[in-house]
Amino acid sequence: MTISIDPQKTNNESLQPKGWLRYFSFSLDHKVIGIQYLVCGFLFYLIGGTLASAIRIELASPMSDFMPRDVYNQVLTLHGTIMIFLWIVPVVNGAFGNYLIPFYVGARDMAFPRLNAVAFWLIPPSGLMLVASYFVEGAAQAGWTAYPPLSITTPQSGQIIWILSVLLLGGSSIFGGINFIATIIKLRRPGLKLMQLPMYCWAMLGTSLLVVLSTPVLAGTLILLSFDIIANTGFFNPVLGGNVVVYQHLFWFYSHPAVYIMVLPAFGLVSEILPVHARKPLFGYTTMVFSIMGIVVLGLVVWAHHMFTSGTPPWMRLFFTIATAFIAVPTGIKFFNWVATLWGGKISINSAMLFSCGFIINFVFGGITGVALAQVPFDIHVHDTYFVVAHFHYIVYGGTVFIIFSSIYHWFPKVTGKMLNEKLGILHFIITFIGFNLCFAPQHWLGLNGMPRRVAEYDPQFQFVNQISSLGALLMAISTIPFLINVFLSVRNGKYAGDNPWNALTPEWLTSSPPPIENWEGEAPLVEEPYGYGKEILNENKNI
Amino acid sequence: MTTLDSSKEIQKNNSEVNETHEDFRMFGLITFLIADGMTFAGFFAAYLTYKAVNPLPDGAIYELELPIPTLNTILLLVSSATFHKAGKALLKDKNSESQKWLSFTAFLGIIFLICQLFEYFHLPFGLTDNLFASTFYALTGFHGLHVTLGTLMILIIAWQSRINGGRLTSQNMFPLEAVELYWHFVDGIWVILFIILYLL
Repeated sequence: MTISIDPQKTNNESLQPKGWLRYFSFSLDHKVIGIQYLVCGFLFYLIGGTLASAIRIELASPMSDFMPRDVYNQVLTLHGTIMIFLWIVPVVNGAFGNYLIPFYVGARDMAFPRLNAVAFWLIPPSGLMLVASYFVEGAAQAGWTAYPPLSITTPQSGQIIWILSVLLLGGSSIFGGINFIATIIKLRRPGLKLMQLPMYCWAMLGTSLLVVLSTPVLAGTLILLSFDIIANTGFFNPVLGGNVVVYQHLFWFYSHPAVYIMVLPAFGLVSEILPVHARKPLFGYTTMVFSIMGIVVLGLVVWAHHMFTSGTPPWMRLFFTIATAFIAVPTGIKFFNWVATLWGGKISINSAMLFSCGFIINFVFGGITGVALAQVPFDIHVHDTYFVVAHFHYIVYGGTVFIIFSSIYHWFPKVTGKMLNEKLGILHFIITFIGFNLCFAPQHWLGLNGMPRRVAEYDPQFQFVNQISSLGALLMAISTIPFLINVFLSVRNGKYAGDNPWNALTPEWLTSSPPPIENWEGEAPLVEEPYGYGKEILNENKNI
Repeated sequence: MTTLDSSKEIQKNNSEVNETHEDFRMFGLITFLIADGMTFAGFFAAYLTYKAVNPLPDGAIYELELPIPTLNTILLLVSSATFHKAGKALLKDKNSESQKWLSFTAFLGIIFLICQLFEYFHLPFGLTDNLFASTFYALTGFHGLHVTLGTLMILIIAWQSRINGGRLTSQNMFPLEAVELYWHFVDGIWVILFIILYLL
């Protein structure tokens, strides 16, 4: 059965608000929803960043003098939850996915536009709930993992609001995932083959599979946890005969794939950005596709490497160590493919390229510490120390957030029709890169020397290194200022970009900037070689 | 090769295709049901782990009476068949017959829920008595919630398949097909639940 699209029905422009007001409406346009995700996520990033600054101020001295210990725990819980569920996951999936995927598959919108809008509009209320949970009596303070029995025995009202908020965000994520899978598999333009899709489509397909398979498990787990808190059941409460390790297994069954949910889309985005600014085809397209799918499969069976100190039996440790080490293979393939894409290219040094290169450097560092952490003898020593904090932030900030910024510099001309200021952009990159490495590189040393994470007070011998780290955090906070100035100035009086300022070949650049409603005047273009840079065909096209 | 203004042949082929597209609502529903199934999978995994490693307090056992759940299994299996009959009838434009079958399916769903409640009230343990009791109520309760939603949806499409003014016709089968798939899914989950919770 086929559905006919009545042009008058989908094109009811008169009913949709115009101008900036449309970003506050229940818009069904995937481009509007993408920007809604991005701006909403960035506002939460500012909140989460403020909390991170508070944590680093507190850790500049060994005693808990900036805030009391329980407030410190609440702040780090809120920081982690906001950054993961309200900044990285919605932005790197929802924002760029919504904006780009319909262009890449040659569609006029997502497969289920209404579901798409619902998925976005679940985020602001649940985000506000999460922030509000801080102000109720007894805010959540069990960390973003909410491990029982800590989450059961600490004050409960905040924890329950926290759970409800994360459940709503998980629902939003699942709706988004369903939509992406349907769009990529079912809504491709006729004639466009799967192996001709830009790499970001593959990354989002893999990510969405992980979302659909693993997020529901987290939802079920949190429902059981809320039963423990509200109804006094004993699923995870050892006093009542329950089992805390079951929570950890179920939680990490989602939360390890969640790391790939956060980083796979970044892999896709960097694979779009590098070929454009290096003027070379993406190296090893097929291996990229297979390594993404390999990461998806392996990513589902490595979760217990977070639990080597939770009394896991030896066979389980062995299996999960080997499986985790295997993930380094597809990830390494991707890394070498990016380097090979740059090799011999005509590289433009601009903000998008710099942030992408920063990503490659940080990510390989985070990847190496990841392989180290997968080894049981090493992991037992550094478990729950700052080494883990450093590793995690190298992946999630040094990896994904760098790519979010890179993507903003790359696609800003498409979204607004204006260019961002390159000088401010490069300044932004330099401060971010130095600040980030100054903040997190010393934490490897802190962890190896035994400083535990999630504690407000520490041994005074670590003070100097902690102060270096806090200085880095200060630089990271400052780095946001040139970025914000840049965006505001460029939206108002930026240089006009034209439709395709980077001479890119992927489909979103083959329409006007900003794109019209329904993406194309007339037919969607058939892009068979999205990375055909430096080929003869390109020269022929130029001559025309 | 990029072709914005490529050969007219492609444009001609696509000008028709572009105004229509395949109906992928069912595809979306299947994806959602896989996600929903994963929630149950998480619960089942938790239950089986508990059963393997967590000893119950003295006197509590992992054994249940079988008559009511067996009756419930039969009810759900029969209801899947009657739902199928409703779909066949609608396909032949026999709306009133379809409505009869749908109403009967909803009736079976309601009987299932009543039996489930009857079982709840006659069990020797409550929600917080021990780990097995909690898991039992969580699993059956979550499934019961699905049956409740399914029954409500069946009642809605039974109303919509009325002869005059109903939305369901042999041309517009999707609501019926979607609810049918969901109902079979809930039915299948029950069979797994019955085996794991009552028989194992």
